[in-house]
Amino acid sequence: MSSSSAFNDEKGGSSSVGEPEYGHDPASGGIFSSDYKRHDDLKEMLDSNKDSLKLEAMKRIVAMVARGKNASDLFPAVVKNVACKNIEVKKLVYVYLVRYAEEQQDLALLSISTFQRGLKDPNQLIRASALRVLSSIRVTIIVPIMMLAIKEAASDMSPYVRKTAAHAIPKLYSLDPEQKDQLIEVIEKLLADKTTLVAGSVVMAFEEVCPERIELIHKNYRKLCNLLIDVEEWGQVVIINMLTRYARTQFLNPNINESLLEEGGEKEFYASDDDEDDEEKKAEAAALAKRKPYVMDPDHRLLLRNTKPLLQSRNAAVVMAVAQLYFHLAPKAEVGVIAKALVRLLRSHSEVQYVVLQNVATMTIKRRGMFEPHLKSFYIRSTDPTQIKILKLEVLTNLASETNISTILREFQTYIKSMDKDFVAATIEAIGRCATNIGEVRDTCLNGLVQLLSNRDELVVAESVVVIKKLLQMQPEQHSEIIKHMAKLIDNIQVPMARASILWLIGEYCEHVPKIAPDVLRKMAKTFTNEEDIVKLQILNLAAKLYLTNSKQTKLLTQYVLNLAKYDQNYDIRDRARFIRQLIVPTDKSGALSKYAKKLFLALKPAPVLESPFKDRDHFQLGSLSHLLNTKAGGYQELPEWPDSAPDPSVRNVEVPEWSKCTSRKERKEKKVEKPFYSDSEGESGPTESADSESDSGSRSESDSEQTGSGSESEESVEESQSEEEEDEEEEKMKKKKKVDKSQPKKSESAESDQSSGEEQKKERKGVKQRRSGSESESEEESESESSESESGSEEDSESDTDTRKKKKTPASKPTAKDTKKESKKETKEISLLDLDDFAPTSSPQVTPVNNFLSSSLASDLEGLSLTDTVLAPTTIAPSASVRMYELLHRITGEGLGVEYCFNRQAFSPDPHMVAVQIHFTNNTSCETKNLHIEEPKLQSGMRIKEFPEIDMLPAGESVSVVMGIDFCDSTQAANFQLCTHTRKFFVSIQPPVGELMTPIFLTENEFKKEQGQLMGMNEISDKLTLGEKCQNDHSIIERVNATANLGRVPCGSDKDCSLPVPPPSSPPVSRFAGKTVSSGSLVLVTVARKEGGGAQLTVNCEKMVIGTMLMKDILHALMQ
Amino acid sequence: MIHSLFLINNAGDIFLEKHWKSVISRSVCDYFFEAQEKAMEPDNVPPVIRTPHHYLINIYRDKIFFVSVIQTEVPPLFVIEFLHRVAEMFQDYFGDCSEVAIKDNVVIVYELLEEMLDNGFPLATESNILKELIKPPTILRSMVNSITGSSNVGETLPTGQLSTVPWRRAGVKYTNNEAYFDVVEEIDAILDKSGTTVFAEIQGVIDACVKLSGMPDLTLSFMNPRLLDDVSFHPCVRFKRWESERVLSFIPPDGNFRLMSYHVNAQNLVAIPVYVRQNISFFESGSSGRLDITLGPKQTMGKTVECVVVTVHMPKVVLNANLTATQGNYTYDPVTKILVWDIGKLNQQKLPNLKGSLSLQSGAPKPEENPSLNIDLKIQQLAISGLKVNRLDMYGEKYKPFKGVKYVTKVFR
Repeated sequence: MSSSSAFNDEKGGSSSVGEPEYGHDPASGGIFSSDYKRHDDLKEMLDSNKDSLKLEAMKRIVAMVARGKNASDLFPAVVKNVACKNIEVKKLVYVYLVRYAEEQQDLALLSISTFQRGLKDPNQLIRASALRVLSSIRVTIIVPIMMLAIKEAASDMSPYVRKTAAHAIPKLYSLDPEQKDQLIEVIEKLLADKTTLVAGSVVMAFEEVCPERIELIHKNYRKLCNLLIDVEEWGQVVIINMLTRYARTQFLNPNINESLLEEGGEKEFYASDDDEDDEEKKAEAAALAKRKPYVMDPDHRLLLRNTKPLLQSRNAAVVMAVAQLYFHLAPKAEVGVIAKALVRLLRSHSEVQYVVLQNVATMTIKRRGMFEPHLKSFYIRSTDPTQIKILKLEVLTNLASETNISTILREFQTYIKSMDKDFVAATIEAIGRCATNIGEVRDTCLNGLVQLLSNRDELVVAESVVVIKKLLQMQPEQHSEIIKHMAKLIDNIQVPMARASILWLIGEYCEHVPKIAPDVLRKMAKTFTNEEDIVKLQILNLAAKLYLTNSKQTKLLTQYVLNLAKYDQNYDIRDRARFIRQLIVPTDKSGALSKYAKKLFLALKPAPVLESPFKDRDHFQLGSLSHLLNTKAGGYQELPEWPDSAPDPSVRNVEVPEWSKCTSRKERKEKKVEKPFYSDSEGESGPTESADSESDSGSRSESDSEQTGSGSESEESVEESQSEEEEDEEEEKMKKKKKVDKSQPKKSESAESDQSSGEEQKKERKGVKQRRSGSESESEEESESESSESESGSEEDSESDTDTRKKKKTPASKPTAKDTKKESKKETKEISLLDLDDFAPTSSPQVTPVNNFLSSSLASDLEGLSLTDTVLAPTTIAPSASVRMYELLHRITGEGLGVEYCFNRQAFSPDPHMVAVQIHFTNNTSCETKNLHIEEPKLQSGMRIKEFPEIDMLPAGESVSVVMGIDFCDSTQAANFQLCTHTRKFFVSIQPPVGELMTPIFLTENEFKKEQGQLMGMNEISDKLTLGEKCQNDHSIIERVNATANLGRVPCGSDKDCSLPVPPPSSPPVSRFAGKTVSSGSLVLVTVARKEGGGAQLTVNCEKMVIGTMLMKDILHALMQ
Repeated sequence: MIHSLFLINNAGDIFLEKHWKSVISRSVCDYFFEAQEKAMEPDNVPPVIRTPHHYLINIYRDKIFFVSVIQTEVPPLFVIEFLHRVAEMFQDYFGDCSEVAIKDNVVIVYELLEEMLDNGFPLATESNILKELIKPPTILRSMVNSITGSSNVGETLPTGQLSTVPWRRAGVKYTNNEAYFDVVEEIDAILDKSGTTVFAEIQGVIDACVKLSGMPDLTLSFMNPRLLDDVSFHPCVRFKRWESERVLSFIPPDGNFRLMSYHVNAQNLVAIPVYVRQNISFFESGSSGRLDITLGPKQTMGKTVECVVVTVHMPKVVLNANLTATQGNYTYDPVTKILVWDIGKLNQQKLPNLKGSLSLQSGAPKPEENPSLNIDLKIQQLAISGLKVNRLDMYGEKYKPFKGVKYVTKVFR
């Protein structure tokens, strides 16, 4: 009664009209007639002019709604008040309206105009709430109005209104699924929104309306990752779950190498063996080569990095979402971080524990090691609810291994004494599972279980019997004693399952207990009619088996049992009896089958596998409802398998509008002027310009961050998070730097951080570039940029060669770089042209493509400034004399036709994944050779050949060069084919040295170190060597490395040092080279660090370990000569 | 997402229902009742129940089942966490989250639920925002309301939702600016019969009560942050600063909130503040038993141990207990078989002792195992892990706040 009086106190007093009704708690039922009356006075109150009366009436109506009472007949009276001035009345009317509008569609329409008016209110909160209620009214007629309102709100100024629009999308969709296409448009628009407020809601709408349209995420992926930490908790959960699915479709399995390692083991390195005739190995090599080595997409890394801090969230759902993301997406080595967070959730509410434990149970099956350190956290408390206890038991069982089994078993022993019998039964089963999984403790467990057979609690005994039965099945011979013991138990145990188990055991191993078995059957025959069905079936089973083995003693008993069963109530049992009788009792008709009766009944049964019910549950996305129920829930989105090859990552690139770049560059320049770097421009051109380029990339990043912030209300937070990230990255950088090179001269920090953050931007820019020249074929474009790079690179080369040239050129190129930058403020197009004008003349004369390592500064300047590279025409450069020629066909075997080939290190323009091979034909005969062409290429799988165009005629004594392309699939396997003339065919093969399988790329030193940092461990090979006599200086090292492998030189610290005011004396000369494999584009990084006394340290980092090892060998060889 | 919510009391009455989409008949709860019956105890009701057309996700809190109905795939924790948030919000608003409180404030509850979810997706779950939208009831306000006819719905529209710090409401003003922090630590230990620690860990939380005007930016630093093994934060804490400097930097919400919770992984260092000598035995014949429990302080660092309560779950066969306590008093509930001995303050000189005989059901076999003891206690002014707050700095506002830190150690299960 206290409740109703309180109710009265709170609300009474203000009105006198409904006074007597107040004490009457609607929940207590009431009389229907009075209900009608009350509704009348409620109507009266609603019609009155006083807000207080209206409010009182609405409160009572809402209270009725809350209790589930029908108040629909008040609809007309309530809906009139939708435009009421009093906010609380209005709100309660909304509550009522949303509840009953579906039932009273026509009347609900009366309220629509109010909301439509609200949609145009200058106050964003009123606009939002109008949209909210309007979209919550489930009336089909207003679908077009809702659609319009949503569309309008989606482009509202206020992010809060946009958020509400995002919320309205699924509402409309559920009301009218035909609006899907239009709604997707709205979603697409809202996905591009840059505020944290909208992000969560729109992703939720995306998940409900069009989860299959994964391509809508591409452009917003990076933004979502970066915003994630600032999104509200619920939005985080939805976004993380969605991104997990997204990542599964877009990135490669980070654990693919490990699974490969597990399979292949040592074989990986065989490729470095010289023993190449071994066919088997070759085949494997091809298979290996086919599988691409794993490189983590930077976007994949971004996701992992940005979600990790959320493990510290107070919201269990967020923690779980991150945990499942890591479980499904992270490399094995990194998954461990989630364990601690999940264990933390175990101290939360029991419902949370329940869900978390379910997920942990699944995880422990796959990744036991992850939770092993937290074993004790899964110990069971006497106060835990049974369902939690059983789940913890499951986890403990999964975690059991040889090392910890003794502690776990000791723990189990105490559990058996628990008063919670269900739990005890589960514990016994768990012991059984431990015993099957871990051979060493099987006997101990079995003994323990046998002791339990004398337990006073029947449930315990029964469960033990069942488990013992399973265990015995694994090694019955040694345990006839136990079987005898159990046979005795049958008199006492009443639990059907246990009785059935004992009978089955005796039947199965009746040969081990020949005396006891018939006696048991005798006893059972006596009680047959009173047994449970499951026991009866086993009695029949036992009888049949005994009849077969010991028919003398048991024939009559069996007959008796079969007869009893014949008239049993249960048809299964009658059926079984009939079946057994026909099978074992030989009659005239059933001769054929009864011969096999023994085989049928006494066949060796495989031991049961006791396994976790959580096995194979991980095909459901962890943390999902479907996973918990182990069945697909409605609307569950399958977690896709990893793709075999990564889809194009450039789809995630976001175009950066040019204006922002220009303005920020201006700003940046102004800022930069004070920097010591800049004033240092008197020095050598290279380093200064590289500093310049650094500032450039930095400015780009800045402009970008500005841009993300602009126009959004949460500008601050966005920028903050970004800058924080930068800091972070910088820190990482610093650490790495210190590791790699302690004596690295101090640079100004800002420059460094700029550089690091600029990297990503640069990549994005590359994407932008690519898209701009979208009309051309990709290959063409790549070859162009390649050649442009080589041009500038060779320029640098010539620079270093000739002093005079350098003096001329350096001042020439420098001012232009500056000039162009100034001009870039106005026109960007011009720059590239200007650039070209400047560079073209200098680059054309050089003809040394072998050493085409790149000048960092110029290349980066080019990259930074030229926005179109279409202007650069591809240049074909003849191979210089220094290129090593290989013989393809000796002139004697070729009957006068001599063929040589070399790797000219040009990009093969028709296909960027092919290595260009230049073939040089010489006709040494006296007559002409016709129709030179290639036939029947015999290639390892995956390899491809692009043949050279047929040479119609090669006159006597003449020679000709052609270029063909071969995709070696990043392996050193030979490409075999036939070289045909008009008369003959020659089998030839081209085998590439490993160094030719790559193509140089440009990296700055920082980028190099960053990449190197990611290619540690298995991917890093390093060795010490003594440099050969002729290559004691840097120059010769560079020359030799370049001769061995087609790599680009990384402008390194030692170069830069000279230009800095105070060059640190102790810096060891380090040369770095970077390239990527032609076919798969995997990075190849080579570092040669010279040491005192002619020694050196050579390090090769390559994702493809095979390539790395071979390259290592080759370079070592070259340097030691 | 969340389709409907039903609140059900222990007796099985549905006393509140709220639907965010189309109405779902309350008959769906029959599946829940079925599961509840099967589970025997409310703790054992599976949190997720499958029905032919819906899924029921429920939590049990303060003797109320919060049963939510969902129709499509949604992370179960998402719903569970939300339901707990709802319960906490009720607690925050009405002081306790009981059936009576909810029934009394049914309109406010309804308004709250309306604001917290939109179409089943959480909208505003921050207490600061909600309190701006819907004023919590106070005696004074309900009196004023009844006279003036005004309401407890905020007249001004909340702007917190729109700001970059959604957890803090705008325009906070106090005459006394105060910030209090409670460092509350809980020891969670399992001891075996002989008193050796099987498992022990320290769980801590820092609850804050911040009443500061404007937009203060606080920085809380610890003397020994390395102690903290695993932490989780209120969203207001800047994680990056914690990562780099191990300080808590945050713009606090207004009012009470949990700033962080942490875990101290000091398996060996956990000093159990009390020791127990217990001897419970059952005689083979005569259907009786003897109980003797003595408690003593140990490693309390000079602080008094308070609120000591010993709880023993007796075996089913124990009919009654006839005991004498040297300090405090005891109760034995023959239905639940729980013996509770409320000691109060632990006296250094005179150790509290509980002694006496137990009467057992005659004829029944004696219990195989001795019951386990649960001990609850509390120590003021001591954080057992040794965690110390170093200092609290405020930026962004000019006034000087009053600051305070309190340490409490508890053992509660």
